[in-house]
Amino acid sequence: MAATMELGSDTDPRNATFSISDEDHTLGNSLRFVLNKDPRVAFCGYSVPHPSENRINVRVQTTGIPARDVLKDALNDLTAMNQHVMTTFDSAVERFKANQGMTELSMKSGVTSQHSGSVKKP
Amino acid sequence: MATSDDEEPKLPAHLELQRTRVVCAADAPSYTESVQYSGAYMAYGVDNSLRLEDFRKNHRVDIVSLNEEDIEFDIVGIDAAIANAFRRILIAEVPTMAIEKVYIANNTSVIQDEVLAHRLGLLPIKADPRLFDYKSEEENANEKNTIVFKLDVVCTRKGERIMNGSVKSDQMKWLPEGSEMPFHTKSKFTSYGSTQENLAGISSEGITIMYPDIIVAKLRPGQAIELEGHATKGIGKTHAKWSPVATARYRMLPEVNLMEEIQGKLAEELVQKCPVGVFDIEDVGSVKKAKVARPRNCTLCRECVRGDGWDKRVQLSRVKNHFIFTIESTGALRPEILFTEAIKILNEKCQRILTEISF
Repeated sequence: MAATMELGSDTDPRNATFSISDEDHTLGNSLRFVLNKDPRVAFCGYSVPHPSENRINVRVQTTGIPARDVLKDALNDLTAMNQHVMTTFDSAVERFKANQGMTELSMKSGVTSQHSGSVKKP
Repeated sequence: MATSDDEEPKLPAHLELQRTRVVCAADAPSYTESVQYSGAYMAYGVDNSLRLEDFRKNHRVDIVSLNEEDIEFDIVGIDAAIANAFRRILIAEVPTMAIEKVYIANNTSVIQDEVLAHRLGLLPIKADPRLFDYKSEEENANEKNTIVFKLDVVCTRKGERIMNGSVKSDQMKWLPEGSEMPFHTKSKFTSYGSTQENLAGISSEGITIMYPDIIVAKLRPGQAIELEGHATKGIGKTHAKWSPVATARYRMLPEVNLMEEIQGKLAEELVQKCPVGVFDIEDVGSVKKAKVARPRNCTLCRECVRGDGWDKRVQLSRVKNHFIFTIESTGALRPEILFTEAIKILNEKCQRILTEISF
């Protein structure tokens, strides 16, 4: 299997370790952050079991509902957060380009031609 | 009448400081960790969880500067974990095109083949990586996964002058029809179905090396280089030549507080102490008063808190959820596009795991 996912415990779905292959601190740390911010999570941590193996273990212990559901929610939350960062960022760029276009236009009407450089409108 | 916001329990000031600031004293910074656990302040009745609505309300992005190569922006209301994920992805996981295979027909220069090949690999290529596919070792090179550059230079003496004394990157010629090697056979190293010029999204200038004046090699009269470089798509994790950024970095917003009024000689001393001009002197009547004029300039060198009693007068800190993000692109993609690509990659990671645990 290219990427395996396993529950650490069959007996108690509230506590589980997810072993995620082909991932590192990039996802591990962001996921731990989102999970820890969830009030249903009693404990969450992650580890890189071996530095030369491309794998992380994410431990999730919840206050009641299955750990897998909480992990799913966390992944969806992280996606939603990213999506929000992206739209906010895009609109900030749009706004900046519009403002810069305005100042450049007013400069252009002055004397010399300005390099159109970074503000080419689509 | 009190609103619901007023009724919300607040953390005591010292805990709020620990939660939101890194305090930088003369000896060492403190409260560097971010308090993530949702129940950390349960005893005070303060909820430390993060709901999406709250995140949306507090999140903000301001662009400070933007041009073809660099972007600087403030990203407010996210944790270091997320900011660091973006940074790591920008450096190691956003793909670009880079020369991976070099077929050398002739090299009589003093630069060894392998050194030359390494130098060619590091040249930034102005081609949108989103138009191309990854190429596995077994796959044949085609117009969707390989860009071919040709370099054919001979150094000659023309009277007093030496021609082609230094080989520059603009002498790398793009071959939109694919490889011409090996020369005397019908089957070539690449098998293009069509010319790359017709590929959707290729600009009218074609594919070039980003900067025309990078010195690739130096030659003396009589020496020559003839080779082909085959560029493929890859990520910085495999080799730094595929990294789309010169660097991507962030720093937390510095905050400088004067704990007491600083006047007269002390004010002048404070302005003198700071090497980056954070402080200014304000004339109030006949009294000279120090004020914090440009806190953003602060590099946290901590010169201003060094010396007798100064740590009592000035407090340096950093805002934990306010990041000043800087991306320097190597040229393949514009810096603002790089950032959105990085976010998409983090989302793909989440989606991959979601599909794998919902069996």
